[in-house]
Amino acid sequence: MMSFMKGRVLVVDDDTALAEMLGIVLRGEGFEPSFVADGDKALAAFRETKPDLVLLDLMLPGRDGIEVCRLIRAESGVPIVMLTAKSDTVDVVVGLESGADDYIVKPFKPKELVARIRARLRRSEEPAPEQLAIGDLVIDVAGHSVKRDGQSIALTPLEFDLLVALARKPWQVFTREVLLEQVWGYRHAADTRLVNVHVQRLRSKVEKDPERPEIVVTVRGVGYKAGPS
Amino acid sequence: MSGDSAASSPGRTGARAERSVGRKTSGSKTSGSRWGPFLEGGLLQGGVQGSPVLRLFMRWVRRPLLPVMRLWRRNIQLKVVVTTLLMSLGVVLLLGFVVMGQVRNGLLEAKVKASQSQATGGFAVAKQNAEETASGTVDDATTEDGRPAQNVIEWMSDLVSSLSSGGQGAFDVVTLPVGDDTGGGRGPRASGYVDPFASVPEELRERVDASTAVAQSYTRIIYSTGKESQSALVIGKQVDDPNRDPYQLYYLFPLTQEEKSLSLVMGTLATAGLFVVVLLGAIAWLVVRQVVTPVRMAAGIAERLSAGRLQERMKVTGEDDIARLGEAFNKMAQNLQLKIQQLEDLSRMQRRFVSDVSHELRTPLTTVRMAADVIHEARQDFDPVTARSAELLADQLDRFESLLADLLEISRFDAGAAALEAEPIDLREVVRRVVSGAEPLAERKGTHIRVVGDQQPVVAEADARRVERVLRNLVVNAVEHGEGKDVVVRLAAAGGAVAVSVRDYGVGLKPGEATRVFSRFWRADPARARTTGGTGLGLSIALEDARLHGGWLQAWGEPGGGSQFRLTLPRTADEPLRGSPIPLEPKDSRRHRGLDDAGLPHGGGEKTATVPAQPMGEQGPPMSIAPRLAAVAPTADPTALPGNGARVVPRPASGTRRQDDPPASDGRRGVSSDRAEAGSPDVEQQGEAFRGR
Repeated sequence: MMSFMKGRVLVVDDDTALAEMLGIVLRGEGFEPSFVADGDKALAAFRETKPDLVLLDLMLPGRDGIEVCRLIRAESGVPIVMLTAKSDTVDVVVGLESGADDYIVKPFKPKELVARIRARLRRSEEPAPEQLAIGDLVIDVAGHSVKRDGQSIALTPLEFDLLVALARKPWQVFTREVLLEQVWGYRHAADTRLVNVHVQRLRSKVEKDPERPEIVVTVRGVGYKAGPS
Repeated sequence: MSGDSAASSPGRTGARAERSVGRKTSGSKTSGSRWGPFLEGGLLQGGVQGSPVLRLFMRWVRRPLLPVMRLWRRNIQLKVVVTTLLMSLGVVLLLGFVVMGQVRNGLLEAKVKASQSQATGGFAVAKQNAEETASGTVDDATTEDGRPAQNVIEWMSDLVSSLSSGGQGAFDVVTLPVGDDTGGGRGPRASGYVDPFASVPEELRERVDASTAVAQSYTRIIYSTGKESQSALVIGKQVDDPNRDPYQLYYLFPLTQEEKSLSLVMGTLATAGLFVVVLLGAIAWLVVRQVVTPVRMAAGIAERLSAGRLQERMKVTGEDDIARLGEAFNKMAQNLQLKIQQLEDLSRMQRRFVSDVSHELRTPLTTVRMAADVIHEARQDFDPVTARSAELLADQLDRFESLLADLLEISRFDAGAAALEAEPIDLREVVRRVVSGAEPLAERKGTHIRVVGDQQPVVAEADARRVERVLRNLVVNAVEHGEGKDVVVRLAAAGGAVAVSVRDYGVGLKPGEATRVFSRFWRADPARARTTGGTGLGLSIALEDARLHGGWLQAWGEPGGGSQFRLTLPRTADEPLRGSPIPLEPKDSRRHRGLDDAGLPHGGGEKTATVPAQPMGEQGPPMSIAPRLAAVAPTADPTALPGNGARVVPRPASGTRRQDDPPASDGRRGVSSDRAEAGSPDVEQQGEAFRGR
């Protein structure tokens, strides 16, 4: 087992059977799970356990998952993976827009879940020192920082990965599927809405005018590419 | 020849669209039939059937009239007003003519009577005068020879002036010689500068010459002074002069006064008539407006209602018929709104229910799933019975899961909750993903999946997730039922449509199955073992996905000859489909090959070049299919577009087509022959299609 596997995972789920089962599977894979069943107590548990990743059920008593997601995202960039029973467009998009990095639809296989969690935790590997430029932004990959004119911009790890993936190959147009594979770690095609939502979120942070993006440019009918620097 | 349009019936939209295609083509064939009632009535009929030049001319003449025609057809107000105008104009004209005739007769009759008595008096005076003069000059005549002639000349001049002096301009007097006899100084004489010859009509002079009775006629008085001529009544009689030689005496009565009166009456009548016509037109316009305005309002509101603005209502004032119409209309709209509201509520409840069930079912299923997987992972440690049970548990959970997912998906379609997230996608990408995903299964089955027509981008506005689901379903089905033979995925784009077809050479479809494959939980062979474990909902979901795009999903197949499924999508989301770039019945179907073989003896030289002979009974080996598929790929030519698959079935050579047809119909009749088997699915499918519609 590799070192990054000792991730602490906070499981926010009201279904005790499922929570217990998740615990069995996660422990079996070397994670350290902690549990909270109530949306209202989720934030306190999050502050207390300082997890490396949050597994969040969207349907919760008290505060619902979307709200919890928004609260956690407000104070941390920690990866959030939603558990949802609804693959309907609106729920997923709302969840992603409220700050979740990825989602997994019930019922899922244990391997699928673990793969998703690992993909989100993978970035705790130490990257090589690297300086990238995209548009008028300067990216320090090792230092995990993005700066415009010396002002740093706060990005979640996922948004940072997305930006770095684009910036590393500014000549290349990335299809949504390629980005899903490189950034999210999906080996097979998944929901491209993930990409759309996160590109929008990223743009809202790094673009001067998100209506006329210059950093992350849409290539109609194909995908996205880095803007000229 | 519309055999395989049959399969359009699964897609309701498809069927509708194709029907409209049919209407369109037939409409263009009988072009002008629409305008027929208006234009072909008389002379245009010849034009339409005549030479092309004439037809062209008719079209040229007709074109500027079209907007007027359209207005005429569409505007009832215009129709009523124009009809009223025309009819009242006719009535006024008729009345005018009658009244004018009466007035004219009355005026002239009085004038003629007065003139006749005046003239008769004049003739009597002339006669008396002549007799008196004659008796007074008898002695002179005997004494002096040269006198009488001069005497007559003077007498005549005196007579004319004396006769006309009584008229004071009310009439003029003219004397003319009888015949051409102008001798003896009896030239024409006239009072008041009247041109005697020109003013008295020749015809009247002849009549006066012929008898001694009084004759009359109408004429125009011509003046020698250049004064404007005027119409007049002329009355003439042959009278003797003092020498007992006859001469013609005419009275000319100008009708100026009567003409003036007549034109005054006519002017008054015309003005009044015009007013009446215009007023009637205006009245008609107003009256029709009263009726038409609410009708138009109702039409407009009905349109808005049908566009979904259910709260629209008509304004109702009064209690007349129009108000009743409005009330009834509003009541209808009210009920409609209520029903739609109820349906929407039901749909919302259904959606909510599905969503809740989904959540409630999925959470425990997730736990079971995970538990089963943990058990399954540890099955080596169990005894064989428990281990096998763990395997079965895991497998059946997979099936249960996909069944649940499909059921929820279908119920989402049923509830109308499925939403399309269309964006421009390249179908080649989707096909590539689907094919690579199906590769493991294909390898296991020994099938080779080939993609044709992916040289150029095939871009359409579509929901990639749904299209991928449809194509995955088709490809996996083709591989599963392909019996290890090749599966060909073909892409094409033309006009406003893109299409992907999946062809297999497996067991195929029995007659009538081409539409039934889309039914829920339908299985080709109920007795067949469910080895592959499909849910039986795949094609139903695929069909719903295609419909959601406004596209078609159609199937074609022949028993033992394989099948072809074709997905046709509009290039842009809101564009209606008019045809598919790929014919539904593939070119290498047995029927087509049957046609080709039958066509050969009649001499289709080039066909033998493009279509190598195929073994009839067994399905052609993959190698021989390949070259022909290359030839089929360019069926995406635009000419193939405006029609359904049936119409765009590629024909090897247009000249031999007609010769080819009879064998096909023969084949359909004979049931026992091999070729008949190939033809019969078409007949069946056709029947199926109509039932479907």
